[in-house]
Amino acid sequence: MKRHFDVELRELKKRILEMDSLVEVAIDYSIKALTDRDEKLILEVTKKEEGINKAHIEIDEICLRLLALRQPMAADLRFIAAALKINSELERMGDLAVNITDATVELLKEPPLKPLMDIPKMSSLSRQMTKDALDAFINRDVELAKNVISRDDEVDNLKDQLFRELLTYMMSDPKAIKRALELILVSRHLERIGDHATNIAEDVVFMVLGEDIRHPN
Amino acid sequence: MGIIEAKDLNLFYGNFQALRRVNLSIEEKKITALIGPSGCGKSTLLRTFNRMNDLIEGVVITGKLLIDEEDIYHPKTNLTKLRKKVGMVFQRPNPFPFSTFENIVFGMRIHQIQPDNGFGPIVESCLKEVLLWDELKDKLHTLALKLSLEQQQRLCIARLLPLKPEILLMDEPCSALDPVSTQRIEELMQGLKKEYTIVIVTHNMQQAARVSEETGFMLLGELVEFGQTEKIFTAPDDKKTEDYITGKFG
Repeated sequence: MKRHFDVELRELKKRILEMDSLVEVAIDYSIKALTDRDEKLILEVTKKEEGINKAHIEIDEICLRLLALRQPMAADLRFIAAALKINSELERMGDLAVNITDATVELLKEPPLKPLMDIPKMSSLSRQMTKDALDAFINRDVELAKNVISRDDEVDNLKDQLFRELLTYMMSDPKAIKRALELILVSRHLERIGDHATNIAEDVVFMVLGEDIRHPN
Repeated sequence: MGIIEAKDLNLFYGNFQALRRVNLSIEEKKITALIGPSGCGKSTLLRTFNRMNDLIEGVVITGKLLIDEEDIYHPKTNLTKLRKKVGMVFQRPNPFPFSTFENIVFGMRIHQIQPDNGFGPIVESCLKEVLLWDELKDKLHTLALKLSLEQQQRLCIARLLPLKPEILLMDEPCSALDPVSTQRIEELMQGLKKEYTIVIVTHNMQQAARVSEETGFMLLGELVEFGQTEKIFTAPDDKKTEDYITGKFG
């Protein structure tokens, strides 16, 4: 039986994808502003974030309306529950992109502390995790979702590595402290973006299998 | 071991097989819901629990149905005793065309039960159990058919209670009632389950989800899936269950 409900669910899916593309661009620009020392991109991130916030509210409204009017069950219920959670995760990722630009504003006031290697690497890893988590959501792909979860350690390790490196800069030169701290914050924000992508992947596994794989211990 | 146990239960109406190898175990003092599209056999299954199907000509039943570990289809089963233990409430409230009082004492009169303190205290406690006492205490002798549909349905539940049943079977008990009355009957069921095992057949999946702890999904005479209500409505194991409860067929 064809259901009108399916049309509404497809629309919800489309809205989440649109929001995701804003988030991915915001993350990209936030890091590019830092690596290219390009202030104009900071403004772009702010604009994207406005779009993300608007989508956040609208997607919540759609989900609540569907819950109230359709009283979904089983796979439909899990889909809408996942959509609600993914919506929040994406919104937080948008906030983190803005937090990165806040640090960038400070960093651009001084000459670069060091060539940036790990931060662009972390950025591309966590952005790819986000993209794959959303692909897994759209295609109901449990394997891809689990693969995203397994990649979270890589981002965490890079953050630790960068922290140790920046520590040596701070110990050798007190004038490096402010910039090093800002860079540590940036890496922390990127690591959190990876965590949000991991959460999305976990939501996807629940959505498809009905199995809660969070907090296995 | 459940209070009701079906083992490879088959039921035929003449050549038509209405139940196919049903196996299930219904636990004591819980609400169990049976759901499924029209004609799936859920009412038939419910009616096997107090042998209501015996009244239909040409019914053949194979397999076992145990209540309190006793095979109720054993030739020596005392039907009157069975139906005392397993009471039933129907879709349309069907009070006897007597007063409220007489409706409640009817079962005791049939079973020649003479309480020591008269019928009064029992009528009071049964009406209190279904939360009708305050509304009806001054009109116990008015014709029950003059009550609202919801009150009539409560009365139909109340009149089972003097016989101290263990199991209450409810076949679409709210389908003739408006949403507010439905909600009140559902609340009543939550109170009753402390004392009784309730099995409810319902077309309304939200109702099954709201009131029951366990749910069985039936299709074409088979019990497709049986388990915790929460599990059935959030992540059922069987694709057919999933398709039915998400409205893809049925």
